Amino acid sequence: MAETRPRTLFDKIWDSHVVERLPDGTCLLYIDRHLVHEVTSPQAFEGLRLAGRRVRRPEATFAVADHNVPTSDRSSGIEEPESRIQVETLERNVAEFGVSYFPLTDARQGIVHIVGPEQGISQPGMTIVCGDSHTSTHGALGALAFGIGTSEVEHVLATQTLLQKPAKNMLVRVDGALPFGCTAKDIILAIIGRIGTAGGTGHVIEYAGEAIRALDMAGRMTICNMSIEAGARAGLIAPDATTFAYLKGRPYAPAGEAWERALAWWKTLPSDPGAAYDTTVALDAAAIVPLVTWGTSPEDVVPVTGTVPDPDDEPTAARRAAKRRMLDYMGLTPGQRIEDIAVDVVFIGSCTNGRIEDIRAAAAVAKGRKVAPGVRAMVVPGSGLVRRAAEAEGLDRILIEAGFEWREAGCSMCLGMNPDQLKPGQRCASTSNRNFEGRQGPGGRTHLMSPAMAAAAAVTGRLADVRGLAR
Amino acid sequence: MQPFTTLTGIAAALPLPNIDTDKIIPARFLKTIRRTGLGKNLFDTLRYTPEGEERPEFVLNREPWRRAEILIAGPNFGCGSSREHAPWALLDFGIRCVIAPDFADIFFNNCFKNGILPIRLPQEMCDLLAADAAMGANARLTVDLERQVIVRPGGEEISFDVDPFRKHCLLHGLDDIGQTMAHAAAIDAFEARRREALPWL
Repeated sequence: MAETRPRTLFDKIWDSHVVERLPDGTCLLYIDRHLVHEVTSPQAFEGLRLAGRRVRRPEATFAVADHNVPTSDRSSGIEEPESRIQVETLERNVAEFGVSYFPLTDARQGIVHIVGPEQGISQPGMTIVCGDSHTSTHGALGALAFGIGTSEVEHVLATQTLLQKPAKNMLVRVDGALPFGCTAKDIILAIIGRIGTAGGTGHVIEYAGEAIRALDMAGRMTICNMSIEAGARAGLIAPDATTFAYLKGRPYAPAGEAWERALAWWKTLPSDPGAAYDTTVALDAAAIVPLVTWGTSPEDVVPVTGTVPDPDDEPTAARRAAKRRMLDYMGLTPGQRIEDIAVDVVFIGSCTNGRIEDIRAAAAVAKGRKVAPGVRAMVVPGSGLVRRAAEAEGLDRILIEAGFEWREAGCSMCLGMNPDQLKPGQRCASTSNRNFEGRQGPGGRTHLMSPAMAAAAAVTGRLADVRGLAR
Repeated sequence: MQPFTTLTGIAAALPLPNIDTDKIIPARFLKTIRRTGLGKNLFDTLRYTPEGEERPEFVLNREPWRRAEILIAGPNFGCGSSREHAPWALLDFGIRCVIAPDFADIFFNNCFKNGILPIRLPQEMCDLLAADAAMGANARLTVDLERQVIVRPGGEEISFDVDPFRKHCLLHGLDDIGQTMAHAAAIDAFEARRREALPWL
């Protein structure tokens, strides 16, 4: 078993989870933690039931309802019948199969990718899956975490394994110091803008470099979260002192002697010197500026101080046609100044930017200011515990006084499965992860950006450079 | 799962790049606890006006492509979410094979679990097949998985790659879980070793 070749973090986690290797290279990969939500699991549990199968490791399986839960008062249940049926189905399934569950009335309820790290369920060196593409978030802890479809959800429930082929290794190095006014969101938007939405296809991305090391866990989670927007199923950051300090004392993290043993193991996980990557990309953090998206793909990034690009500058006819379609959908014209674009709605939340650090950043901009007339601005904490923490710091009062709505935890307007949706033609400054057509509601127009930039849009009524609002 | 052996059918071309899973099936249609019935909302916003009328220019609203069983798509098809509702919607509509220059990983994987064959071909080949598809019912394509070839209307063959294990599963309509259950002893042994080495997991 002695392995002498220098290995990457990904290689080490992968190798330690291979149960069996089939002749064609497909591996039966062991899965340590399985996170489950209401939208992609009902058909999987039904499959188990029909086949008379049980959940192999209920204690390694955690469920929470997040995608279509209302973010208004929920004490009287869910009004919308289809959403209610999905949540009730999840509740029946977790009871029948013995899976741990954080109910809607529990302060620990929230977006599955906020809850996992917050509870210490997600740990370095683990394999973690969930029927959701933003499972890549958990890679910030040094875990191999990726999204799967419902058939695979059923496969993991039944066998605690998946059939997978190893991905290629991509290294994204971000060195230099991040300038004032820029955040982890700007780093990941800059990366996606550079490599494109298919740039990471077939790869797992390891983020490294001094700008990544300098980030807190919230920032690292924002970066890993959007790996899928660069086409990579998973993003990883080597565990370090920041990771260990974050995990220590969390409810499901190891404690006592187990903590010491875990820590010793976690320290062996970072990539070996000289480990080989199939693809390497380098970015200078010092050159990053606050970014927003202008189109309907997350790769369509532009500095907030820039202008709407001209489709005629694209190299191929197909790309020119695609960009024209985007501009038409977004209601923008080439050459238009980004800072002249007025917004109708501001959404601060999601698994990308729904943590306490994100709410602090938004509140710092909103403090003593007012949401611009005609703008609807909402803050949706990523979990009930994030909401409580914000309230303990008085952030809710700052935001409410500024005119923001202060809501209950859930995925909310990131994907508009609950009543929080854009109306056709409405334009939104959003801290979420996808600007696809109709993503936040049919006909809705999404501009992705950091929480501070979204708050700046709320108080100015247009896309605005947060550096101009600094105090 | 229905086996996939040979498919002869009408192909529809949808060459837009980056067709994401929200375009394939918008999130508001995911509030179902079943796998079926999603075909009517396949490509919903491309296919219907906000009032719910069919857009006559959209390929799947036109004869003969309403009956398409093969889709010739653009690069990075299926990017975005992990929702298996995307292949379920394609299957429910009647599409069993998608051919594109490249696919997003999760979507690609999900297709195989549902008896849909996704095929990666260079852009030039996709362009040829899209031109065939434009000829409609007189230009059916045949996809032969056993031989790994696409037969064009004139009889010319284009070969394609497929992972041997996935090919085997598709040809025989095999359930992954049943196969993995055959490795139960290996999983038990792995778990026992792991409990010893890393007991907190």
